[in-house]
Amino acid sequence: MKVTLDQDKCVASGQCVVAADDVFDQDDDGIAVLLDPTPPSDRAEDVEQAAAVCPALAIRIQG
Amino acid sequence: MTSTVRTGGAQAPSAPEFPMPRAEGCPFDPPPALKKEQEQGPLRKVRLWDGTTPWLVTRYADQRALLADPRTSADITRPGYPSSAPVRGSSFGFILMDDPEHARQRRMVTAPFTIKRVEAMRPAVQKIVDGLIDDMLAGPPRADLVQAFALPVPSLVICELLGVPYADHDFFQENSKILISRSAAPEERGAAHAKLIGYLDELMGHKIARPADDLLSGLGTRVGAGELSRREAAETGVLLLIAGHETTANMIALGTLALLEHPDQLALLRDSDDPKAVAGAVEELLRYLNITHGGRRRVAVEDIEIGGEVIRAGEGIIVPNDIGNRDPEVFADPDRLDLGRDARRHVAFGFGVHQCLGQPLARMELQVVYSTLYRRIPTLRLDAGLEDLSFKHDGAVYGVYELPVAW
Repeated sequence: MKVTLDQDKCVASGQCVVAADDVFDQDDDGIAVLLDPTPPSDRAEDVEQAAAVCPALAIRIQG
Repeated sequence: MTSTVRTGGAQAPSAPEFPMPRAEGCPFDPPPALKKEQEQGPLRKVRLWDGTTPWLVTRYADQRALLADPRTSADITRPGYPSSAPVRGSSFGFILMDDPEHARQRRMVTAPFTIKRVEAMRPAVQKIVDGLIDDMLAGPPRADLVQAFALPVPSLVICELLGVPYADHDFFQENSKILISRSAAPEERGAAHAKLIGYLDELMGHKIARPADDLLSGLGTRVGAGELSRREAAETGVLLLIAGHETTANMIALGTLALLEHPDQLALLRDSDDPKAVAGAVEELLRYLNITHGGRRRVAVEDIEIGGEVIRAGEGIIVPNDIGNRDPEVFADPDRLDLGRDARRHVAFGFGVHQCLGQPLARMELQVVYSTLYRRIPTLRLDAGLEDLSFKHDGAVYGVYELPVAW
């Protein structure tokens, strides 16, 4: 799958990190950082969870 | 211009009054009349104290969509904003502002709330929780859990977060209690507020001279860089205190009551060693209790098509996340407290850009509390009848005023 993250939308909730801390991290101000834009398919559930709980709708998943 | 409920019938019934009362004997459930609105349709009309008739968005999916929609404003000064009381004053903090100013101010305080930094505070929170339990166990085997435990935990955690020296904790706690006390007169509250602002302003001076690794020092750096004034920084400190004190305290007390009333669920929690199970239990308690009752408040800045209706620009919107969290389309058997369910997509912290800033800290505090209190005091029991308890029906945040317990 292909994951995109719009940092301009991010409000630093950290919930993507809680859902999938191998795919998402936070910088010092809490803004999300995409560690892996093409995570393996066995991470799909957790990455979907991250996209669902992001309050800013900043995470998109394709494929 | 008045608005009436749109129905197909020849006689449109008048919009019901909001908020609605909870059922006697069902302190954990949202008002039955509110649940009924959810059954009736996705977009309803309600009538507020001032006669205005904002929209009520009853279903989970629509609630999330609207709270994340940039066509909605959280600005309390905008005409049409559905306020729960007369709007007094002119400065309300970034909670009641829109982007970009809201985003600018919020980003100044997000650093201490990253998952990593909150995790690093866990041992300190564990120590606070254990210390308060030690004090309880050293005294007579009965207490008001609100005073003895639920209120002090978050206020001491915020002391830790802000960087308030240990010697000043009593002063800080005394005044924080007054801010949210039911019996304090407005002047008393005002005085406590002013004392805390004055105290944090002075403390900020020390932090600017000798920065430490805490939130006030972080704000001090921004004051030094000209990003905000000393006064604004002190006000931000008090805002974080207010935002994180009664909310967390109410979850601790009301959550304890809910668990005592559901002993099978309490046993699951008490006997679990698995941090994931505890974390899951916290999410379910947040969903089930949804202490932020009264609905999120917004006003439309453009027309919005949703749920078969059109919300016109300037119309008020209420998003009752308590019934969103009980939406049967999303949560099977939603009125059941089930600590084993996956409740992670609840909206107890809201949604959209205003979603609770303190949520990682709140979650961590509750994980520590719920995994410690019942394990260390396994014979904890309610020392009153449920019908004797007094609930915060009219409070901004729902909870219980006192919780007499014994062990």
